[in-house]
Amino acid sequence: MIEIRNLHAEIDGKKIINGLSLTVNDGEVAAIMGPNGSGKSTLSYVISGRAGYEVTGGEILLNGENILEMNAAERAAKGVFLAFQYPLEIPGVTTMTFLKACLNAQRKSRGEAELTTPDFMKRVKAGAEKLGVPQDMLRRALNVGFSGGEKKRMEVLQMSLLEPTFAILDETDSGLDIDALRIVSEGVNALRDPKRSFLVITHYQRLLDYIVPDTVHVMSKGQIVKTGAKELALELEANGYRDFVGEAA
Amino acid sequence: MLGDVKAAHSAAEEKLVAEFARARGSLPGAAPVGALRDAAFEAFKSAGLPTRRVEAWHYTDLRMAMRDALPVAPAPKADASLKQKLEKLAPRIADLETTRLVLVDGYFVAELSDVTPKGVTVTALSEALAKGDAAFVEALSAPGMGQGDAALALNTAFMQGGVIIDVAAGTHVAQPIEMIALSSEMSAHAVYARSLLRVGKGAQVTLIEREVSTASQIEQRNHALVVSVADEAQVEHVFVPAILKSASTYVASLLAILGAKASFNSFTLVQGGGLLRRQIHMRFDGEHAKGQLAGASVLRNKDHADTTLVVQHVAAHCQSREYFKTVLDGESTGIYQGKVIVAPGAQKTDGAMKSHAILLSDDATMNNKPELEIFADDVVCGHGATVAQLDEDQVFYAMARGLPKPVAESMLLEAFVDEATDRVESEPVRVYLTSLIGQWLSQRGAA
Amino acid sequence: MAAVQETVDRVKSVDVDAYKYGFVSDIESEKAPKGLNEDIVRFISAKKNEPAWLTEWRLEAYRLWLTMREPDWARVDYPKINYQDLYYYSAPKSTPGPKNIDEVDPELLRVYEKLGIPLREQEILAGVQERRVAVDAVFDSVSVATTFKAELAKAGVIFCPISEAVHTHPELVKKYLGSVVPTSDNYYATLNSAVFSDGSFVYIPPGVRCPMELSTYFRINEQNTGQFERTLIIADKGSYVSYLEGCTAPKRDENQLHAAVVELITLDDAEIKYSTVQNWYPGDADGKGGIYNFVTKRGDCRGARSKISWTQVETGSAITWKYPSCILRGDESRGEFYSIAISNGRQQVDSGTKMIHLGKNTTSRIISKGISAGRSNNTYRGQVLAQKRATNARNFTNCDSLLIGETCGAHTIPYIEAKNASAVFEHEATTSKISEDQLFYCMQRGLSAEEATALIVNGFVRDVLQQLPMEFAVEAQKLISISLEGSVG
Repeated sequence: MIEIRNLHAEIDGKKIINGLSLTVNDGEVAAIMGPNGSGKSTLSYVISGRAGYEVTGGEILLNGENILEMNAAERAAKGVFLAFQYPLEIPGVTTMTFLKACLNAQRKSRGEAELTTPDFMKRVKAGAEKLGVPQDMLRRALNVGFSGGEKKRMEVLQMSLLEPTFAILDETDSGLDIDALRIVSEGVNALRDPKRSFLVITHYQRLLDYIVPDTVHVMSKGQIVKTGAKELALELEANGYRDFVGEAA
Repeated sequence: MLGDVKAAHSAAEEKLVAEFARARGSLPGAAPVGALRDAAFEAFKSAGLPTRRVEAWHYTDLRMAMRDALPVAPAPKADASLKQKLEKLAPRIADLETTRLVLVDGYFVAELSDVTPKGVTVTALSEALAKGDAAFVEALSAPGMGQGDAALALNTAFMQGGVIIDVAAGTHVAQPIEMIALSSEMSAHAVYARSLLRVGKGAQVTLIEREVSTASQIEQRNHALVVSVADEAQVEHVFVPAILKSASTYVASLLAILGAKASFNSFTLVQGGGLLRRQIHMRFDGEHAKGQLAGASVLRNKDHADTTLVVQHVAAHCQSREYFKTVLDGESTGIYQGKVIVAPGAQKTDGAMKSHAILLSDDATMNNKPELEIFADDVVCGHGATVAQLDEDQVFYAMARGLPKPVAESMLLEAFVDEATDRVESEPVRVYLTSLIGQWLSQRGAA
Repeated sequence: MAAVQETVDRVKSVDVDAYKYGFVSDIESEKAPKGLNEDIVRFISAKKNEPAWLTEWRLEAYRLWLTMREPDWARVDYPKINYQDLYYYSAPKSTPGPKNIDEVDPELLRVYEKLGIPLREQEILAGVQERRVAVDAVFDSVSVATTFKAELAKAGVIFCPISEAVHTHPELVKKYLGSVVPTSDNYYATLNSAVFSDGSFVYIPPGVRCPMELSTYFRINEQNTGQFERTLIIADKGSYVSYLEGCTAPKRDENQLHAAVVELITLDDAEIKYSTVQNWYPGDADGKGGIYNFVTKRGDCRGARSKISWTQVETGSAITWKYPSCILRGDESRGEFYSIAISNGRQQVDSGTKMIHLGKNTTSRIISKGISAGRSNNTYRGQVLAQKRATNARNFTNCDSLLIGETCGAHTIPYIEAKNASAVFEHEATTSKISEDQLFYCMQRGLSAEEATALIVNGFVRDVLQQLPMEFAVEAQKLISISLEGSVG
């Protein structure tokens, strides 16, 4: 469960998040929708601990523990996962190497034993199969030369291996065709779990046809301006954001 | 021990010392200019003519090439024969109206030149030097650029001709300015021309430097152009040096300084003729400026053409592009040296440099030295250099479609060079450059 | 992927003081008096009981050296070296000459144990190592032990200290010594020719594939002592050898001089693969102390279809001046250069290669990865030349630089010279940094900043690491991480 209380954050002295409060319960899938520039991506970076974003007020509690003092790696070990809108390429580092390094770093930081190579291989192969990630992709350098769809699938594969308690999907639908969108969504749905919560950031309603949220929040000017059930997304699709943008001002 | 290595002056160096003593009194300029000349000549004297021991001259030994030093050309008389020669050798570029400035043996000849448009002021170098205005002398000497270069020092010491072009801030000069340099060819002589193009804030101008010679006499040319591009100004520049008689030597320097958000695009077409060294220094003093240096060299016989660039990124957020093509036939030698320096603090620099060469003969030589010198971490810089022959498969493909071999080769070579000329903004100028390259190619079979 | 984890672990296990080979061993030594003159040259020659021709060869080099100037064209900056203030000969007292391993001073054996280099064959055989490596250990100026000699001899391979080869195989030494790097070659090589004390000698007979990897481990121990080894490797027709070289030195406040010469010769169809992991003491963070590494390494592909491949991982030394080169004399011969050069602190690296294409259909490949951090400067300097006769010469060069931090420099100076129309040369170079985005991405997946940097750097150098023999690759990988310690905030 994640609780964000009266969060204020800025970058380069520019205020982006202005007293945002939001709770996502265990097992809940919450969607955040909002126009461009409303601060959706910034929120995902502030939660995951990207350097350069200054939190000037409020707190973020993950299962009751304030994570604001932790760096990105420590938060990841606590169970925060961000599926990037634009996953990064890391030349020369094979996907397999990367996955193992990350998984074991997190396990170690939680005081768990590292996985043996056969155990690790078993898990990766199973996960990859489910998402239709071919074996040769795992031997290629991470995200280098991957198509948009392949990169997004790789994000979901990482999520399934790292088993986060709180996952943020940042515009996961961007750049995906319908087939890729379905595969990625099925991957995410398979990970829905009573102990895991999701925050799905999207600009369009389309993704929410596939990943059906429990709650929908509308974000504008760094605040949540409206909260409702999944029907709210349809309403937004029909009428646009105009009705809500004014409220935050 | 260093002293022992530096041998006594060569015959040409001795001659230059004598020539400077002889000409010093008649060279134009007020007292501060005299001091500038003396200091430059002292610097030259202690360094001597550049040899391959000087890293920036790694592939061109000017000391070896200059067996003799020729006397400084005297001021010409602007008579009818010169006008005829000008019309014959430098016909108008098709579809292009230009404002012509004519220089003969480096001296500006107002009688042969057009009236300049509003916002553009033209002054002969001698006149400007006589006034000796401090700001002008500083601009002309481009402090911090090409320091330690003995050939440039020689230009400063002897500068006898040239022209100062001032473009007032905000002026958009519609017609390109065409600087035509003509050789009187009255005798074997040396020309030391120094020109300055000052472009005010937000102004826009195109400068075409076009040189012509019938190559009847051996010449020694040392030419320098300083271009100062103020903030937000835009300058297009094209340089077509003359094809000099073999055994001639030519050092053509360009020193360009760019202000913030300025843009500078320069192209050089070298068509051989003796020894030619094109050296360009470009410096980014203000942020968010863009500079492009491009060029093509087409060489044959014993042509020796050296293109040496130094690009200094001092300010952050600037973009530089260098793009050069060389075609080498006969026993020619081509050189490309490009150095991109990113100073500490010049973050977000974006630099890309390319040099491509095609060797058509086993007796030709291409030397490439593309250097990077990086002192800032957040930059994207790269260079690429290739040397190859014409693609035999492509030649065969064209021949299989019925083209005779020379035609097929010419077509492919033209396409190769076009990738460089394409970087020239003005279409009529591009067509003009392509026609010159076409002439060079058409002489290939004949040679 | 196991290796990456190992890297990460190693980084953690290393103490703050990163140079773990910095201990000094208390071993009694015998030295020649300080300074250099003809008598010292004769003294060294006499110590080795050398034949007259070699003494004369050294003296000739010495006299030539007196007339030469120290090169100043490299991008390195250091105070003038007083060549009269150095010892040119130092030998551990207890070992007057190469001996049976059991007679080697146990203290010395412990030094090598501490360095992780087993010199006792039975230990190696009993150990977990799958591949066996024959080792020649050179301590200061003298070879102290060579392992697996008997087994190599069975295959006809000669692997011994060069001081021994002078006596046992004078015809080979006389024929090949100085035939690739002539005594007149350059200031440091000439000095080496005058005073070289020891080094390894390898001869692989025709058609023999050397049954194991050969290795020399260099260690400078003495203070104020220059080390001048000389390595000579000859691969006769159709033979193959893989040779590894490692180096360490104690931490000392003074700079120490290392001026080695390595000569490789391949005859028809022969191949030499030469790998180096250079980890001389780099000096402290303020640039105090460290080794001046002025090394001349050159291979001569004398025979047709022969091949020489240099792979180097350069992490140590205060100053590195080193250009392992290939002369591609034989038709269809091939030269390769794979390099990782890492500089941190105040280190200065000026390194690269020369590929001189002389024969027909010769090919070469250069992959260079430079990483600069701290206040260091890292220069790639390379030459690719096709002479007139070198029809169809081919070269591919790729030079990438990575900068970590704002106070270091990365430079690329290639000389590409084609005198033959059929030559095809391609050269690419890039400079980049580890992006904040990449670091954040890795950290979001749970890696610390240091782990993330190590991972990204290992990816950057992967093409070169793959060229190293397995054991060396692991060692190199951990060295890379250690070398970059403290370079990320």
